[in-house]
Amino acid sequence: MSSTLTQKPVLPPKREITTKPRLSDKIFQRVVTGGGLSSLLILGLIFIFLLYQGFQTFKSQGLHFITTSNWVATVNEANQLDMKNSHFGLAAMLIGTLICSFIAILVAVPISVFSALFLTFYVPNSLKKFMVAVIDLMAAFPSILFGLWGFFVLAPIGVSWAKLLHQYFGWVPFFKMESPFFDRSPLIAGLVLAIMIIPIVTSISREIFGQTPLDRIQAAYALGATRFGMIKAVAFPYARSGIVGGAMLGLGRAMGETVAVYTVLNIVYKINWHVLIGAGGNVASMILLKFGEATQGEVKALMAAGLVLFVVTLIVNSIADLIVARSGKTGR
Amino acid sequence: MSTIATAKGSIPTPNKPWRATPAQRLITIGIFAASIAISGVLVAITPLSGNLAYIAVFFISYIVIDYGYSRATQGKTAGADSIFRGFVMLSISIAVIPILSILYTVIARGYKGMHWTMFTKDMHNNAVTDPINQGGLLHAIIGTFLLVVVALIISIPIGLLTAIYMTEIKGRFMRPIKFLVQAMSGVPSIVAGLFILAAIVYPLTKTFNSFEGSLALSILMIPTIARTSEEVLLLVPQDLRESGVALGGTQWRTVAQIVLPAARSGLVTAMILGIARIAGETAPIVLLTGGGDTKNWNIFSHPMGSLPFYIWRGFGAGTPESITRAWAGIFVLLILVLSLFIAARLLSNRKTK
Repeated sequence: MSSTLTQKPVLPPKREITTKPRLSDKIFQRVVTGGGLSSLLILGLIFIFLLYQGFQTFKSQGLHFITTSNWVATVNEANQLDMKNSHFGLAAMLIGTLICSFIAILVAVPISVFSALFLTFYVPNSLKKFMVAVIDLMAAFPSILFGLWGFFVLAPIGVSWAKLLHQYFGWVPFFKMESPFFDRSPLIAGLVLAIMIIPIVTSISREIFGQTPLDRIQAAYALGATRFGMIKAVAFPYARSGIVGGAMLGLGRAMGETVAVYTVLNIVYKINWHVLIGAGGNVASMILLKFGEATQGEVKALMAAGLVLFVVTLIVNSIADLIVARSGKTGR
Repeated sequence: MSTIATAKGSIPTPNKPWRATPAQRLITIGIFAASIAISGVLVAITPLSGNLAYIAVFFISYIVIDYGYSRATQGKTAGADSIFRGFVMLSISIAVIPILSILYTVIARGYKGMHWTMFTKDMHNNAVTDPINQGGLLHAIIGTFLLVVVALIISIPIGLLTAIYMTEIKGRFMRPIKFLVQAMSGVPSIVAGLFILAAIVYPLTKTFNSFEGSLALSILMIPTIARTSEEVLLLVPQDLRESGVALGGTQWRTVAQIVLPAARSGLVTAMILGIARIAGETAPIVLLTGGGDTKNWNIFSHPMGSLPFYIWRGFGAGTPESITRAWAGIFVLLILVLSLFIAARLLSNRKTK
């Protein structure tokens, strides 16, 4: 008994307590940071390579590339692009992109905002999950499906609507017709795009309506507001900037859409402000159309067009993100 | 028995004044029926015609009657509320009708092009204009499978690392990366295809193959995986991370052995959503894969067929047979996307329980 007391207890060596990261953590942090920065790398590479391939076109066309609107690729005997007699101007397709996507926004945003209100404030609880899933499902449909559906199902209906519009609102400058050719018009392409972006705008608006502070909603009801009164006074002012952001995200999506527009729209390379006439285009679908028969030189011009599209959608999406991220802090 | 009876006497039955009474329900149905009747009569006796006329007259008369009733019984404010409710109901119907129409169209038209041998044959002996019962889309299914798997192998590490950076490391690049991932999700699919053309096909390989297609699809897939994984990792309780560190684990061990396993089903959901995002992507595939008609297991050479390309070609050929083929292809693609979507829903539902 006593002998054990005289023996000194063997203490384990003191552990080093430190906040310094171990080697494994250092490697881990480096690797993860590297992986995280890959999005910067990819976006940067897209910009650099498209600029590199399209540089020749930008240099020879200058600002005319986005301000003029004829696309003539002349090929010389050696099957190479004759730069002197070729002219590349993107304006017609840029305007076509704007027309189609603005029609889409005009149609989709009111429907989406009201649908989001339905999904937030009107739908019975038992149905809510199902309805949200149905709308989200539509966002997962591939664009070629929208394209074919638009071509075979929506287009015939759209043509009859276009005829009605022309009959009763023909005096509006945009609805003028020189020749009665209603098929495959920018209006129909815009409607297909509208249906494609409805789920996107709806889900963003729904999320923001869902964040409306409950105390404000209940305060409005306690003061005797109807549902409409509550939405007008509380929910809508709170969500306004977020809805603008959601609409811009939809705009970005509509501007970059390729296959659905290609399928539905009759792509004609000229500026056409008359949305009922079956001639129009957008940058993305034009690239797909011209790519098939393009020579090496013309492909470079298409790359330049791709760069313009990339930069425009990037700007629109960035503004939209900033607005959505800041929303919810405004309103009463 | 008697105790329950006495309890029944003392506790008042719950009163739910916001519930519609049977009389109110009857009136709602009555207004609905009256509007249908008015639209039927008006379209029959006036020169208006067509489905649009029915719907428009029905909607207008519903709004007017509902407004009149609410205004008469409850006053001006309730009238405004009823008009607003009418527009909300109209909008959700307009939003849902295309979904139903799309599902109906795909099933009704795709069904005609379906036959069992299409899953065992490819198109190398057949043109898209041949009768429907010849050939098949096995090559397209193989192609889509390979495209998606290779894209997944590229995208999962990058997307997951991005998500881990945002939730675990939270370094100084967090805000820019969040912004860039959002920006990347808006890159048009055709631009992704052009980028691979500019960076890989023209300077290096000079031929089309399925690996290039997968690279382009990865660009579209990475943001989906990164954003969904980030949301899922944020749901892992902070306590788990703290207990991992408190047990003496390094950050690397904590993330690899505690955080990621805890978020497992959510991460699978992220991958499924990523696959659903790219499975039907057409533009980069048309630009890059060459679109073959034969079964091809080699991702680095020979043109590769795929479901979107099969649909694209069938639609482009323009004859009745080829278009039926395209609808059958869409039917298969839609079933794929639908099952992925349902799988993702089921997984994420299980997670929240």
